[in-house]
Amino acid sequence: MWNWIQRFSSPKYFYSMSAVLIPWFAVGALLVGLYGLYLGLFVAPTDYQQGESYRIIFVHVPAAWMSLFIYMVMAVSSGIGLIWQIRLADMVAAASAPIGASFAFLALVTGMLWGKPMWGAYWVWDARLTSELILLFLYLGYMALQSAIEDQRSADKASGLLAIVGVVNIPIIHYSVEWWNTLHQGATVTKFDKPSIDIDMLIPLLLMAVAFKLFYAAVVLVRTRNEALYRDRNRRWVRELIAQL
Amino acid sequence: MLNAFTHLLIRDLRLALRNRHELANPLIFFVLVVSLFPLAVTPTPEALRSMAPGVIWVSALLAVLLSLDRLFKQDYDDGSLDQLMLSPNPLMILVLAKVLAHWLLTGLPLVIIAPLLGLFMSLPVEAVDVLVYSLLLGTPVLSLVGAIGVSLTVAVNRGGVLLSLIILPLYIPILIFGANAVDVASDGLPVRGQLLFLGAVLALSLSLAPLATAVALRITASR
Repeated sequence: MWNWIQRFSSPKYFYSMSAVLIPWFAVGALLVGLYGLYLGLFVAPTDYQQGESYRIIFVHVPAAWMSLFIYMVMAVSSGIGLIWQIRLADMVAAASAPIGASFAFLALVTGMLWGKPMWGAYWVWDARLTSELILLFLYLGYMALQSAIEDQRSADKASGLLAIVGVVNIPIIHYSVEWWNTLHQGATVTKFDKPSIDIDMLIPLLLMAVAFKLFYAAVVLVRTRNEALYRDRNRRWVRELIAQL
Repeated sequence: MLNAFTHLLIRDLRLALRNRHELANPLIFFVLVVSLFPLAVTPTPEALRSMAPGVIWVSALLAVLLSLDRLFKQDYDDGSLDQLMLSPNPLMILVLAKVLAHWLLTGLPLVIIAPLLGLFMSLPVEAVDVLVYSLLLGTPVLSLVGAIGVSLTVAVNRGGVLLSLIILPLYIPILIFGANAVDVASDGLPVRGQLLFLGAVLALSLSLAPLATAVALRITASR
């Protein structure tokens, strides 16, 4: 079992394996995404209150989900890297951070664009927007720490520990921000209240969520391959690869 | 084990007391930052009262943040941190002693001076004691969580900004509940919930943060 994990998680094996997987994920993301966008933008009914502008949720909500999901991936793979010293897990964590930060940023931008027609302002200190912003800060802190430490091994370990500390904090931050908002004022505008979403809206939303997941899978594999090549640039398997070119 | 704890605590306190000038710096910083706000915004009592909880809490947070350096930097530079890690005592306990010393030297003075700042910011008297309670429960968490951040960045050149980047997001819950407790108290409403939350976070970080700090120190030392 242990040998099998060791072999499976060696960067060399990963490099050849991921080359097979990436096209599947990429094409899958493209097809599901296009179909989801078609259903979301053309087929799904117009919202009786928000008009057409609600359609941004087909990008906004999956992006917000992904930003949280990727942080979990980062924390779990950092944990694996810290405990079992599997280098590939550290590479996945490091490769995921910029993707997760981009999704958090995308969720914030789409939230702001939606907020302007709906709330009349680009930025409202709404609980969810605020905790998304804090999540973006957590990503940026992780990336800053990762790049500040020169030695790769300890950079991985240090930022991995930070990711785990962050993951313990995320629920605390989330709920304190939520309470902060409700403590300050009663709900003046019912924000992302999602009462029994219409099935014609739900299907494209879920399709988009699947497409975003596939997209992440493809991109994280590409980025992890790059990490593996860069980190192992002096090892034999990379040199052999280069020699074949 | 307890022996090592008290010895380390006394050593840290003694070292700090021999350098009294440095000891006062976070405190002066705290008072200074708070007194900037009436100058920058407005000195009218109503406006001050409404922003007082936030201003005092943010300033306390920054004062603790700037003093965190003291926690491990010197010991890292002169090698005594390595000696601590070599000792047979659990590193967690030693970390706890160092954090306690740090809190006694920076957190506690902030708590003591806070009522004065409350008066500066024309907080009602009922809110002043809540300010003290909330800081009493909150500042130890700032030291405990900050210790994780310092131990990760102590070996980084010019790690100060980096430290605030990684630690400030983690301070947000404390800030929210601390400031909110004072805010609610100045409206004359019950603050039990907020203080209980601060107590819960204190219990959580008291049990988990030393563990994470110990791991972080070993990572830093393995370089």
